[in-house]
Amino acid sequence: MADEATRKAVSQIPLLKTNAGPRDRTLWPQRLKEEYQALIHFVEQNKAADNDWFRLESNPDGTRWTGTCWFIHELLRYEFQIEFDIPVTYPDTAPEVAVPELDGKTAKMYRGGKICLTDHFAPLWARNVPRFGLAHLMALGLGPWLAVEIPDLISKGIVQREKRGNTYL
Amino acid sequence: MATVEELKLRVRELENELIKCKQKQCAMEDAQSLELHRPKIEKMSAEVVDSNPYSRLMALKRMGIVDDYEKIRTFAVAVVGVGGVGSVTAEMLTRCGIGKLLLFDYDKVELANMNRLFFQPHQAGLSKVEAAEHTLRNINPDVSFETHNYNITTMENFTHFMDRIRHGGMEEGKPVDLVLSCVDNFEARMAINKACNELGQIWMESGVSENAVSGHIQLIIPGETACFACAPPLVVAANIDEKTLKREGVCAASLPTTMGVVAGILVQNVLKYLLKFGTVSYYLGYNAMQDFFPTMAMKANPQCNDRHCREQQEEYKKREAECPKVEVVQEEEEVVHEDNEWGIELVSEVTDAELQAATGDRPELPEGITVAYTIPAEVRVAQHITASQVLTSFYHRDLQMHLWFDK
Ligand SMILES: [Zn+2]
Repeated sequence: MADEATRKAVSQIPLLKTNAGPRDRTLWPQRLKEEYQALIHFVEQNKAADNDWFRLESNPDGTRWTGTCWFIHELLRYEFQIEFDIPVTYPDTAPEVAVPELDGKTAKMYRGGKICLTDHFAPLWARNVPRFGLAHLMALGLGPWLAVEIPDLISKGIVQREKRGNTYL
Repeated sequence: MATVEELKLRVRELENELIKCKQKQCAMEDAQSLELHRPKIEKMSAEVVDSNPYSRLMALKRMGIVDDYEKIRTFAVAVVGVGGVGSVTAEMLTRCGIGKLLLFDYDKVELANMNRLFFQPHQAGLSKVEAAEHTLRNINPDVSFETHNYNITTMENFTHFMDRIRHGGMEEGKPVDLVLSCVDNFEARMAINKACNELGQIWMESGVSENAVSGHIQLIIPGETACFACAPPLVVAANIDEKTLKREGVCAASLPTTMGVVAGILVQNVLKYLLKFGTVSYYLGYNAMQDFFPTMAMKANPQCNDRHCREQQEEYKKREAECPKVEVVQEEEEVVHEDNEWGIELVSEVTDAELQAATGDRPELPEGITVAYTIPAEVRVAQHITASQVLTSFYHRDLQMHLWFDK
């Protein structure tokens, strides 16, 4: 499912402790704090490894997340907007990450541009409730998906690099 | 050659003509639909005349299958997910003359759905609930409909969803009689499970595998039978060699046949449950490759992750204690396995031999049914666990994942 580098990266993300979803008004703020801590740690870790590849931010109550991810292919940078809601069943179930601009461009997607994760993801997530959080979702869900799909979409000419000055390296 | 001005004028003329055509067509369709719409029927009649849509259903009474078929009009059923299974389920219930249907879905009809039943190409682009209501109302104007075009798993929608389950019954303010899960993803199933556990709402789950060749239905009575979170998702083994199953490049396959069969066994179970005839199935699987229909029943798991499931189990115990069974039922000895890491007790629907045959780390399940994956027992017991502990008791296919936690 994931390469050695991903495995190593995941093993360094702090595990979360608070088992609470957004409907749990008393414990959710604590969980949210842990989510941010793990995400910040993961982003710093990526930067240190010269592999910075996403940013995420949430609305004030932490139920809706938006951000950007980028993918370097043959020295060119491709950037995509990402979004997801925290389901009421979180953290028992992982959020469904969407890359809306790729909706309809690949079969490895559900309606609304939600990425289709591998068979390994659900069992892995289930076994690690509540220790896995959004950083793990990025590392084990979105990361591997981009690594497989984006080169394929580029080679088919479906994804083209937009000439947005600052997105060039 | 025509000038730009001339062309503009011509475009305007054609546009006006188009509007007129559209208006004419709409008026015609309205008149037609008025003609086609039969008036509402106040009371179901058993009279066998070609104008009575209920005569063949009421015949069930005469034949002694159902005691009181008219009772169907007193029930409200919520159908969550109006896709390949949900739409057909809703149509069957509509044709059976159900009292009220509440439809939940956030999706739109797409041409990619046309390999399934119910929706038609001209409905592409419409919301599924809106398109479904239109078709179903045409089929049977006696049914009342309530539609909700949203994703039930997000915070605000979930609150509204729970409220409609609790108050959207035949009589406003009363709960619905049954919730049917016809969704296609784990998150939505877990959300329905959560809502029903909190409300103590009886529901039925249905599903078709992503390879389109197996499916299942399951009756969930909170506190009594296993809820959706009591065990990892149950799957009907399709006996396909994992190595030959190619998953690259696609998310899911679907067949109108499998979906139709699953909708059929689901609604059959609904009718039996609501109208009290035959035996209601707790779990019925469908393996399309071998034409095998495994059945079983599973008690709720005292260690279920869902707090409300555990609370419902306490309530159920109290209820059971309060009303001791009058009948003397010849009960078979319950089969409880010592190494049962799930604490799942199978109600005696399978033989000892069948139970013995299913071995390994998985919970004991009858032939043909398995879990999508297993979770090490200690993970569920301990909240805070060290990374090294996670390494134990995975099953072989996931050995490679262990590496992730090595320090
Ligand atoms: Zn449960």
